[in-house]
Amino acid sequence: MADDEDIILSELSDDELVLQMHDDLYDGLKEEIEEGVNILIARKWTPYDVLTKALVAGMTIVGADFRDGILFVPEVLLAANAMKGGMAILKPLLIATGAPRMGKMVIGTVKGDIHDIGKNLVGMMMEGAGFEVRDLGINNSVEKYLEAIETDKPDILGMSALLTTTMPYMKVVIDTMKEKGMRDDYIVLVGGAPLNEEFSKAIGADAYCRDAAVAVETAKAFMLRKHNRASA
Amino acid sequence: MEQPNDTDLTETGLAPRHSGSVLLIACGALAHEVLALIKVNNWQHMDVQCLPAKLHLYPEKITAEVARTVEDHRDQYQSIFVLYADCGTGGLLAAKCAQLGVEMIAGPHCYSFFEGNATFATHLDSEITAFYLTDFLVRQFDAFVWKPMGLDRYPQLRDTYFANYTKLVYQAQTNDPALDIKAADCAQRLGLAYERRFTGYGDLATTMERFAQ
Repeated sequence: MADDEDIILSELSDDELVLQMHDDLYDGLKEEIEEGVNILIARKWTPYDVLTKALVAGMTIVGADFRDGILFVPEVLLAANAMKGGMAILKPLLIATGAPRMGKMVIGTVKGDIHDIGKNLVGMMMEGAGFEVRDLGINNSVEKYLEAIETDKPDILGMSALLTTTMPYMKVVIDTMKEKGMRDDYIVLVGGAPLNEEFSKAIGADAYCRDAAVAVETAKAFMLRKHNRASA
Repeated sequence: MEQPNDTDLTETGLAPRHSGSVLLIACGALAHEVLALIKVNNWQHMDVQCLPAKLHLYPEKITAEVARTVEDHRDQYQSIFVLYADCGTGGLLAAKCAQLGVEMIAGPHCYSFFEGNATFATHLDSEITAFYLTDFLVRQFDAFVWKPMGLDRYPQLRDTYFANYTKLVYQAQTNDPALDIKAADCAQRLGLAYERRFTGYGDLATTMERFAQ
């Protein structure tokens, strides 16, 4: 995005540095992002502000350009990798400083499916948005999902599938939750390339999320509704 | 009919001859196999229009393109059949074909119907870490896999994409030693074990035979 050959991050003002970090995220420059995070922390920024103003805001630009067909999957993965570098520094600091929590999510790719790129992006962006995320990984049976939600008691269950042959398994999980009378205790979000709104409705999920940015916005909206209901 | 070249099939597809009573609307990745079956069976009443194979990089566009092609040709043929499987459309292509009253080939994708849907289903669980290529995809590996995934520019992403895979299965429609060598090289580039599995044309042949009646 920018010609940053001669830019020395530590010499930039806060505002300039944040904008430069947005550029560096866009360009997938992990080391620069890690350096930028460390500089802002050293300047007494709160970890939460670094996360939201530098990293999440930068990834929002990446997400918008992906949605608009300006950026493609490889570039998004590089950006995500750079953000991951920054998140690794921030995570313990966020926990230590008691940053605001939006809610908790258990997420995993369904049984028979080993694809995790989209799921990993969602997990990372959810963490960036202040959600606590437990990632179950790939190839998850209904038993593994149920065990995780019973143990972790999340607000949200996220399921991902890339294959036409594996996406019906989401219905198996939701139907089992219904049988056990626990379906309505959780917000169920689903995503993956072959899915669509109709499928999501047909299997009884709460929402289909087209991409990681939509997943975050959807999760936030459902959490707001949940809080409103609880306080009504 | 003259053999189309793979780059054209990837980028623009294949135009129909505008003769015959049956039109097959096929994925460009199937063109060689479909044309071979028409030739060997002398199904002169069958015409073929292939949509660009690169549509598979944007599966959300497949349904609309197939529907548009059906509508464009509806008045010119007695019957139209669709040679796309679900192909990542999440059931939308099947729903659209039902709505348009045209039949499509069964199965989730060409890997399944080349091997035979029934056979493929038997090893779904035991082969979830397999990455499949067909003859066409071996020939077009760079155009369909390497470049769209950005591995030409960002080789460090290879493990991000393929860490959960263990082997590349080359489903061979034909016996071509050169393709075998190329497929093995593809596996090596992706860091995967290699297996060649001869499938022939599988359910594509039996389905086309039925459509030809």
